[in-house]
Amino acid sequence: MRIGVFICHCGSNIAGTVDCAQVAAKAALFPDVVYATDPMYTCAEPGQAAIEEAIHSHKLDGVVVASCSPRMHEPTFRKTVERAGLNPYMFEMANIREHVSWIGRDIEANTRKATELVRLAVEKLRHNRPLQAQEFPITRRVLIIGGGVAGIQAALDCADGGIPVVLVEREATIGGKMAKLDKTFPTVDCSACILGPKMVDVAQHPLITLYAHAEIEAISGYVGNFSVSIRQRTTYVDWSKCTGCGTCTEKCPSKKSYDHFNEGIAPTTAITIAFPQAIPKKAVINKDFCRQLNGKKCAVCAKVCPTGAIDFAMEDSFVTENVGSIVVATGYDLMDWTIYGQYGHGRYPDVITSLAYERLMNASGPTGGHIVRPSDGKEPKSVVFVQCVGSRDPAIGRPYCSGFCCMYTAKQAILTKDHIQDSQSYVFYMDIRAPGKMYDEFTRRAQEEYGTHYIRGRVSQIFPDGQGQLTVLGMDTLLGRPVEIKADLVVLAVGIEASRGARELAEKLRISYDAYGFFLESHVKLKPVETNTAGVFLAGVCQGAKDIPASVAQGSAAAAKVLTLFARETLASNPQIAQVTAKRCVGCGKCLRCCPFGAIKSSLVKGEEKAEVIATMCQGCGLCTATCPQGAIQLAHATDDHILAEVNALCRL
Amino acid sequence: MMNKTLCLNSALPTKDSNAPNFSQKVAALSQQAIHTCYQCGNCSAGCPAAFAYDLQVNQIMRAVQLNQEDLALSAKSLWLCLGCATCSLRCPNAIDVARVMETLRHLARQQNKITVPVVEKFWLSFLNCLRAFGRSYEIGTMVLYMLRSLRLTTDLDLAPQALAKAKLGLLPHTHAGRAAVGRIFTRFAESEAQSKRDKEASSCN
Repeated sequence: MRIGVFICHCGSNIAGTVDCAQVAAKAALFPDVVYATDPMYTCAEPGQAAIEEAIHSHKLDGVVVASCSPRMHEPTFRKTVERAGLNPYMFEMANIREHVSWIGRDIEANTRKATELVRLAVEKLRHNRPLQAQEFPITRRVLIIGGGVAGIQAALDCADGGIPVVLVEREATIGGKMAKLDKTFPTVDCSACILGPKMVDVAQHPLITLYAHAEIEAISGYVGNFSVSIRQRTTYVDWSKCTGCGTCTEKCPSKKSYDHFNEGIAPTTAITIAFPQAIPKKAVINKDFCRQLNGKKCAVCAKVCPTGAIDFAMEDSFVTENVGSIVVATGYDLMDWTIYGQYGHGRYPDVITSLAYERLMNASGPTGGHIVRPSDGKEPKSVVFVQCVGSRDPAIGRPYCSGFCCMYTAKQAILTKDHIQDSQSYVFYMDIRAPGKMYDEFTRRAQEEYGTHYIRGRVSQIFPDGQGQLTVLGMDTLLGRPVEIKADLVVLAVGIEASRGARELAEKLRISYDAYGFFLESHVKLKPVETNTAGVFLAGVCQGAKDIPASVAQGSAAAAKVLTLFARETLASNPQIAQVTAKRCVGCGKCLRCCPFGAIKSSLVKGEEKAEVIATMCQGCGLCTATCPQGAIQLAHATDDHILAEVNALCRL
Repeated sequence: MMNKTLCLNSALPTKDSNAPNFSQKVAALSQQAIHTCYQCGNCSAGCPAAFAYDLQVNQIMRAVQLNQEDLALSAKSLWLCLGCATCSLRCPNAIDVARVMETLRHLARQQNKITVPVVEKFWLSFLNCLRAFGRSYEIGTMVLYMLRSLRLTTDLDLAPQALAKAKLGLLPHTHAGRAAVGRIFTRFAESEAQSKRDKEASSCN
């Protein structure tokens, strides 16, 4: 075998603390190594050209590059050697940057360790065999989880691109958080007016299948061929018959149900249609409040329903959909702000969340768009907004910024003045984060044109003053003085958290999430839409805080990724997978049970039970190879021989 | 006093829209857009007298924004301000901050809130001389100031040097416009008296 070794300087990233020339000189003496050098930037165009040139001039049949993490450039160099005519798997990488130069300053020790890592890579390469990828057909349909604005955008873009879409929404209507908003910054245009047409497009698009009031039960399969089990949660209303006329909601005698869509600012009936523009516009019974479902005699809705759609015996049902790709757009929830005792633990009716305030201002909300105090229905004249409630607060384990609160608080202050001319708004803030287009100007408008008093500092306490108002104590850090405001209404800009159930869904999807439950993108900067599971993409706030324009942009980006994936009829499988040596296999079935991907099946070979790997499903994790008592199942690119060769080389050094 | 909690509700707009609040009053008198101040602190950073201030310039601007009349008008800084206008030069929102300080000084004086009396005494002494002679008259100013403030020996050590360099003329300089300068003072006094009468008349109604 003729091996070439390239020790990358990576500018001064590696060469700063590793003697690359010395590593190359030592590598030249390793078995089968016929050429060793130390280029400045191996991944750069001249660096790659030098590898190709060396393969031709030195007749190399294997290449080792010692540089950065293989996560960064292994695919780059596999393509490089392939261009020069080698099998892409006749290439090995030694990570001497993240594992050596970046973690130690001792040049001598670093050079020694780098040399050892190169030695291991060379030994592994000596045992490599060319591997061939297989082509497999894909299902050109996409599942989109979450029907907020990001999911809607992804669904419409995919469907317009000719890809059939399965859209699953947990709530009874699509629209997500945006559907609850009154107006949107920085243009103060009506949220329902700009989102509504998109929601209608979803309902009318022939390529979109919508499952509302439904959740993902299970997911199996792999990129190109996922099988998804969807739980259609019971609504007790046959939606094929329901016309959304609303007669049932008028007649329902149980009028004290918690209204989730309106953030609980007023009670509603047990059978509801979320809001007038709901898609689908179908009724749902809240079984916690329904008298009939709680053993009392009622069934008023069933009596008045003109189409006989009410079905108290209805149960959850399941549907299976096959798709080739998945877009996750599950959004966010507000954190539980009632943990803050200093803001009253949620005991004061006139201390409300910003999302509840949106419903108070919204013409389709319970008050018809009139801002009133929940306690006595009076119009508030002095409104205090408190930002960063549950954001940037490491004391409660939430150090992150929720991103869009500064902007909607400015918007709410502006709208408060529009609704109540003689009102005065105060905003307590830590910093004003308004980096978007026309955003800073917008927050200035709230102050300069609408006279909102912005006070830099946190609110330390809110308590009733006994005369119908709330006393808000805070600090003006610019003035260096504690301040006090008598407020009629306090609106808390409550921080966001990952949508409930996000972690469980991530496990079903086999994608990663961060410490706060937000889904992890494949690369923070360069792969912000992809996940580490092929074929699964992210859109919207489920990946991290972002506002409507950014969510829409990411929804479109995810759709572009899906369309790119589906531009081909087939996909190439990764050949670095498990292989069974039938002669050694005793058919014990341990590998079948331990495989997390269901990629091993039992088949009869000459009348005997043997394990067989389904090439397109195997992810090459290696669990089966570690479990097999016979050593009969081996990873094609990390056999026992490979590993032993590496251990031997290291021990002999 | 400095740590007393401020109640911000005094900033609430009154039913009578004709009665401007403190912030609007200062804005109108100084002709400056007080509400555009975003508290970058550049005024305080550049102020050569900041070391002596009890309330920094940006804090005075902040107090005006929050309608904290007492706090703004009782600041000693108003009287320690040199009027150099570095703050105005540096302001990114093009607010003439020195003019706001000047306005506040006038308002403070109208309310008899003269928190550093010696400064006012010095100015009065200077203006007396100006009115009398049409020009600055150093020794006259000095003597009047000493009498007013009872600081009979203040800065006397500087006198020999100033005299030697002919910076301290013993007699006042006179010039042709002397009477015209005097008339400026008379007109100002008349207009002040008139506005006072107007104010009293309107308060009676």
